[in-house]
Amino acid sequence: MAAEMTLPIPRQASRAETGDRIFVLGGKLLWLLLLGVAVLLPLLAIFWRGFSSDAGQGGGLVAARELVTSANFHWLLGNSLKVSLSVAAIVVPLAYLFAYALQRTLIPGKAIWRGLSLLPLMAPSMLPGIALVYLFGNQGMLRGLLSDNIYGFWGIVLGEVIYTFPHALMILLSALSLADARLFDAASSMGASPARAFRSITWPATRQAVFAAFCLVFTLTITDFGVPVVVGGDYQVLALEAYKAVVGQQQFGRGALIGMVLLLPALFSFGVDAWLRRRHGDSMSGRAQVFQPAPSRLRDACYLAIVLLICAVLLLVFGMAVYSSLVKFWPYNLSLSLNHYQFEDTAGGGWLAYRNSLTMALCTALIGSVLIFTGAYLMEKTKSQKGLNLALRMLSFVPMAVPGLVLGLGYVFFFNLNGNPLHVFYGTMTLLVVCTIAHYLTTAQMTATTALRQLDSEFEAAALSLKAPLYRHYLRVTVPICLPALLDIVRYLFVSGMTTVSAAIFLYSPDTILAAVAVLNMDDAGNVGGAAAMSTLILFTSVSVSLLLAWASRGALRRSQAWRQTAPGQ
Amino acid sequence: MFKPLALVAAVLTAFSLNAFAKTELTVYTALEAEQLKTYKQAFEKANPDIEIKWVRDSTGIITAKLLAEKDRPHADVVWGLAASSLAILDQQGMLDNYAPKDLDKIGKNYRDAANPPAWVGMDVWAATICFNTVEAEKQGLSKPVSWQDLTKPEYKGKIVMPNPASSGTGFLDVSAWLQTFGEKQGWQYMDDLHQNIGQYVHSGSKPCKLAASGEFPIGISFEYPAVQLKRQGAPLDIILPKEGLGWDIEATAVIKGTPHADAAKKLADFSASTAAMDLYKENFAVLAQPGIAKPQTELPADYEQRLIKNDFAWASKSRDSILTEWRKRYDGKSEKQ
Amino acid sequence: MNTALTHPGAPMTVRGIQKRFGAFTALDNVSLDVAAGELVCLLGPSGCGKTTLLRCIAGLERQDSGELRLGNRDVSLLPPQARDYGILFQSYALFPNLTVEANIGYGLTGSGRDEVRKRVGQMLELVGLLGSEKKYPGQLSGGQQQRVALARALAPAPSLLLLDEPMSALDARVREHLCTELRQLQRRLGITTLMVTHNQDEAMLMADRIAVMNNGKVEQYATPQEIYDRPATPFVAEFVGQGNWLPFNRNSASHAQVGGMNMRLADDAGVATSGRLFCRPEAISVNPPVHEENLFPAKVREITFLGNRCRMSFELEQLPGHPLLAELAPEAMPRLGGQEIWVALPPRSLQVFA
Repeated sequence: MAAEMTLPIPRQASRAETGDRIFVLGGKLLWLLLLGVAVLLPLLAIFWRGFSSDAGQGGGLVAARELVTSANFHWLLGNSLKVSLSVAAIVVPLAYLFAYALQRTLIPGKAIWRGLSLLPLMAPSMLPGIALVYLFGNQGMLRGLLSDNIYGFWGIVLGEVIYTFPHALMILLSALSLADARLFDAASSMGASPARAFRSITWPATRQAVFAAFCLVFTLTITDFGVPVVVGGDYQVLALEAYKAVVGQQQFGRGALIGMVLLLPALFSFGVDAWLRRRHGDSMSGRAQVFQPAPSRLRDACYLAIVLLICAVLLLVFGMAVYSSLVKFWPYNLSLSLNHYQFEDTAGGGWLAYRNSLTMALCTALIGSVLIFTGAYLMEKTKSQKGLNLALRMLSFVPMAVPGLVLGLGYVFFFNLNGNPLHVFYGTMTLLVVCTIAHYLTTAQMTATTALRQLDSEFEAAALSLKAPLYRHYLRVTVPICLPALLDIVRYLFVSGMTTVSAAIFLYSPDTILAAVAVLNMDDAGNVGGAAAMSTLILFTSVSVSLLLAWASRGALRRSQAWRQTAPGQ
Repeated sequence: MFKPLALVAAVLTAFSLNAFAKTELTVYTALEAEQLKTYKQAFEKANPDIEIKWVRDSTGIITAKLLAEKDRPHADVVWGLAASSLAILDQQGMLDNYAPKDLDKIGKNYRDAANPPAWVGMDVWAATICFNTVEAEKQGLSKPVSWQDLTKPEYKGKIVMPNPASSGTGFLDVSAWLQTFGEKQGWQYMDDLHQNIGQYVHSGSKPCKLAASGEFPIGISFEYPAVQLKRQGAPLDIILPKEGLGWDIEATAVIKGTPHADAAKKLADFSASTAAMDLYKENFAVLAQPGIAKPQTELPADYEQRLIKNDFAWASKSRDSILTEWRKRYDGKSEKQ
Repeated sequence: MNTALTHPGAPMTVRGIQKRFGAFTALDNVSLDVAAGELVCLLGPSGCGKTTLLRCIAGLERQDSGELRLGNRDVSLLPPQARDYGILFQSYALFPNLTVEANIGYGLTGSGRDEVRKRVGQMLELVGLLGSEKKYPGQLSGGQQQRVALARALAPAPSLLLLDEPMSALDARVREHLCTELRQLQRRLGITTLMVTHNQDEAMLMADRIAVMNNGKVEQYATPQEIYDRPATPFVAEFVGQGNWLPFNRNSASHAQVGGMNMRLADDAGVATSGRLFCRPEAISVNPPVHEENLFPAKVREITFLGNRCRMSFELEQLPGHPLLAELAPEAMPRLGGQEIWVALPPRSLQVFA
C-alpha cells in the first residue's frame, strides 16, 4: 500500500508552449515566406516583364499585340496545339489500358511492368528524343520502317508520348485502384455484361481522372522543349521559342510573353479540374469493399499483350539510349567503348555537371522533403491561424499549375532584377534547389497530406492533453508512422532533381551546370553520343536511388510490422 | 525545423561564398569546348594567381548575353569570340581598348584597326562543307565543289547548316554569301538552298558532326570540327567551295569597367602571345601571328588564299538586319516546296 | 491498492460559453457546474453541441465568449497543455508506433526514467493490464486499448478527466461491463470527470448528474433519476426513455381535459394550459386491483413480448385513433388483442408541456 502518491511532475507547459509557438507559427511563416519568394514573386515578375516595354527585350503591350498577331506565332501555336493534342490523344488511352491491366486484371508480373513503365520518369525528357534519333533518324537502326526521317511532328509526338506516359499512368492507376466490389457484385447480379458494368461503374468513376490525365499530358507536352530540341528538326513549338528567346537572344520580354501563353492551358485545365472535383466530390464511401478481379483467361491474355507491347517499346527506347552511349562511332564503328563517358573533354560541363546534379538532387530531396512534410503537417494538423492555413494551402497549389519552363523564366526575371537583394543567389546552387523544390512542391505535398490524413485526427489533441510539445510529438509519432510516405517524397524529389531541365536551363551558371542541362548542351553541339551517355548516367542514378529507397522503405515497413498490423490503410 | 535551416545555411555558404585567394576571372567564350582545357591550363600556368571561370556558349548566345548584360557585365574578358560580334560590342562602347604586349607581331588584318585596338585576333576559322563519302555513295550523291552546287535538287533534305542567329559559323556563311554573290543574288541563293536544307541547327560544329555520322550527308560547318572528325576516322571529305570561304576571326577583348582589369589584361597579353599561338596552331591553319601556323594535312596548302575578302565593318553593322531578314525568310516556316 | 493515484479532483465551472461556426450556433450561452469528484455526462443527439463543449473545455476549440474555470484557475484562454486535464477519445488515439509503456509514459516528461517506469507500472496495475508493457496498441483488443488510453490520460495525475464517447467503439456486450468498471475507477480515484455520450443508457449508468443538451443549449441538468422522472422539457422527455403524448386542455389547476376524459394532475405537473400531456409507459397500470385515480376504459391493440417485460399498445376509448404504450411485467399483461381493459394513469406520472 503506497501512501500519498503524488508524483512530482514538473509542469512544463510554458516551455512546451513557447517551443510550439515557434514550431507552429514560425514554421508557417517560414513557409509563407518561402512560397512567396519561391513561387509568387517569380510569377508576378513574369507579368511585370511581359508587359514592361524595355528596349530590345521584346516585351510590352505593343510587342504583345505584335506577337499574337504575327504569322510566326500562329504557326508556333498551331504546332504546339497539334503536338500536344495528338500526344494526349495517344497517351491517355494507352495509359488507361495499361493501368486497367495492372489494377483490374490478373496478369502476371505486375510489379515488373509497373517498374518498367516508370522508366521515363527516371531520365530527362531529351532521352526519348535521343533514342528516337538512333532508332528512326537517317542512320537509325529501324529507319527502314518509316518513309521519312523522324525529325519533325512525329518525332516530337513519339518522344513526348514516351516522356508523358508514366505521368498519365500514375493518375489513372490511382483512379482505377479505387473500386467498390459491391457495385460490381450488384451489376453482375442484375445480369449486366462486363462492358455494361464498365460503362456504368468504371467509366463514371474514372472519367475525371481521364480528364486530369489528358490535361496533365497536354500541359507537360506544350511546355516541354527537351524533346523538340532533339528531334523537332525545323518543326518548332512555343516552348522552344521561349527557350530560344531567353537563352539564345536574351529577349526576356518576349520570353515572358510566350511564358504567359504557356501558362494558359495549365491554368485552364487546373481550374476545370478543381471545378469538376468540387462538383462531384468523393464518390467512394469509406466502407467500400476492395475489388478483386475475377479470373478470365481471354481478358488477361489481351491485356498482357498490350502491356508487353508497351513495355517492349519502352525497353527498346531506353535500351537504345544506353546502347548508343556505348557505341564508339555511330554508325560506322559499332564496337563498344566508354569513350562517350569521358565528359571532361567535351562541351556541356562534364563530370562537374553530374556531381552538381547529385548535390542538387540530394539537397532538393532532403531539404525539400523535410520542409514539405513539416509544412503539410502544420497545415493539416494545427487548427489555429485558419487564415494562414488557407493562404498556405492555396499558395502550395500554385506550382501545380505552373510549368517548369514558366517558373524558370519567373526566376530569371525576379532574381536577376536590378536592386533585388536576392540577386546574390542568381546562378547559385541554392536557387536551383529552391526552384526545384518549388516546382515539384504540390505533388510531394499531396503525398504528405494523404499520408497525414490517414492518421487519427485526435493524435495531436491527445499529445497536447498530455502536455507534450507538438514538435516532439511530430518527431516521435508522426514522422515514424509516415516514414514510407516520407521516403516516397524523398525519392520523388531526388529523381525530379536529377532529371529536371525545364526550369534549371535558365538558372545555372558555369559552376552549377547540371547533368540534364549538359545533355541539352551536348546535343546542341552535335555530341549526341555524349548526350546519350549523360542521359544514361542520370537514368542509372535515378533508378539506383529509387530502388535503394524502395528497399529502405520496405525495411522500415518490416521493422514496424508489429505495430502496423492493425494500423489504418496499411 | 532547425535541421533544415542549418542545411540551407550550409548550402548557402558552400555555394555563395567563394573564399579563394586567387583572382577569379570570368571569361566568356565561344571556343570549342575541347579547346578550353588546354588554353586554361596554359594560361593559369603562366599566371598562377589567376583562375579562369569559363562561360561557354555558341557565338550567338554569348553575343546576346554580353549585350543583355551591358549595364552590369558579368564578364571580365572575352577570349575567343567572332570579331564581327566583338565589333558590335565595341560599337556599344563595351570594350576597353588595350594593346597587348605582342601586338606588333599580330598581322594587321587580324586586329581592330583602332589604336590601341578594341579586339585582337587569335586565329581564323572559315566555312567548310563536310561531305560524308559513305552516305554519298549509298545515296548516289555527286560531290559538290561549289556553294552553287548545294542548290542542286539531288541534295533535297540532305544538307544541314547552322542557324546564323545562334551560330557564328552560320552568320559568317550568310554574310559571305551576301558579300560574294551580292545582296539580291545572295538571298536568292539562300532561298534555293533552303529547299535542300534538312535542318537548321544551333551550333556551327553540329552540321559537321551530323555529316560525320551520316545522319545528314552534307554539313555546312567550319574546318576545325571537320579536321578533328576526319582524324577520328569519320568518312568525311572536306570541301572548300570554289567561290571562296566565308571566315571570321576568333578574337580577345577586355570588357570595360571590369573590377579585374589587371588580370583581364594579362589574359589579353597571353592570348596575343607566341606561346598562345603555339596552342592555337594545333587547331587552326591560319593564325593572327603570321609565320607560326603549321600546315594541316587535311587542308590544302593554299587554304589562306581561299578566304574571301571579308568586310567586317559591314558585317557587324548589318548583323541585325541580316538576322532579321533571315529569320523572316527561313525561321519558323516549315512548308518547303 | 493505491487509493490516491490522482490529485483530489478539482471543481469545474462553465459560464456563459458561446461558440459559433459561421451561421451555426454550436453553443448558446452554456453554463455548467461540476463538483469536485463528480461524474457528469453531456447527453444529447449528434450536433447538439456536447462535443464542441468538451473540445472548448479541452482547449481544442476556442469559445467566442464565456469563462471556463478549473479549480481556482481561469483556464478560458490557456492552450491545452496548460489546462491540466486528461482525455480519452472515442478512437482512443493511442500512438500505434509506441508500446503500451511508451504511450502511458508519453505525458510524463521531466520525470526520471525510474519514476516514469514506476508510474507506468502503477497505472497498468490500476487498469489491470500488467504485463502488457511491451505490446503495441495494435496487438490489444478494443477494451484493452481503451484501458491503456485511460491509463495514459490519468498518468500525469490531471485534475479533470474528459471522456469523449468512450464506449462507442466497443461491442455492446463489453460495453456495460466497462461502463461499470470505469465508473468504479472514477469513484475510487475521485477525479472530476466529464463524459460526452449520445447513449442514454451509458449516461444513466455512470453519471452523478446528466446535462441533456439540444441545439447548443443545456435543456436540463439534474440527476439521472430526476431527468427520467421529471423531464424539464418535451425534448428531454422525448430523448430520454420512451413516452406517451396526449393532447390536452387545462380545465383547472388540478385537471386536464384529454379527449373525453378529465384527468387529475399532481401539483407539480406543470403550468401549461394546453398542449401535450406526457406519461411514461411503465407508469401505466392495467386492470389495477384497487381503485386508482384516472382509471379509463381501453382496448388492447397489440402485445409484444420483450423477455423480462411486455409492451402493450392500446387505445383509450375516449380518445380513439391515438395509440398509447404501456410496459408491464408479463404476469400483469392481458392475454389477447382486442380485449377490453381498464388502464390507470397515475396523476404523479403526468406532466404537461405547452
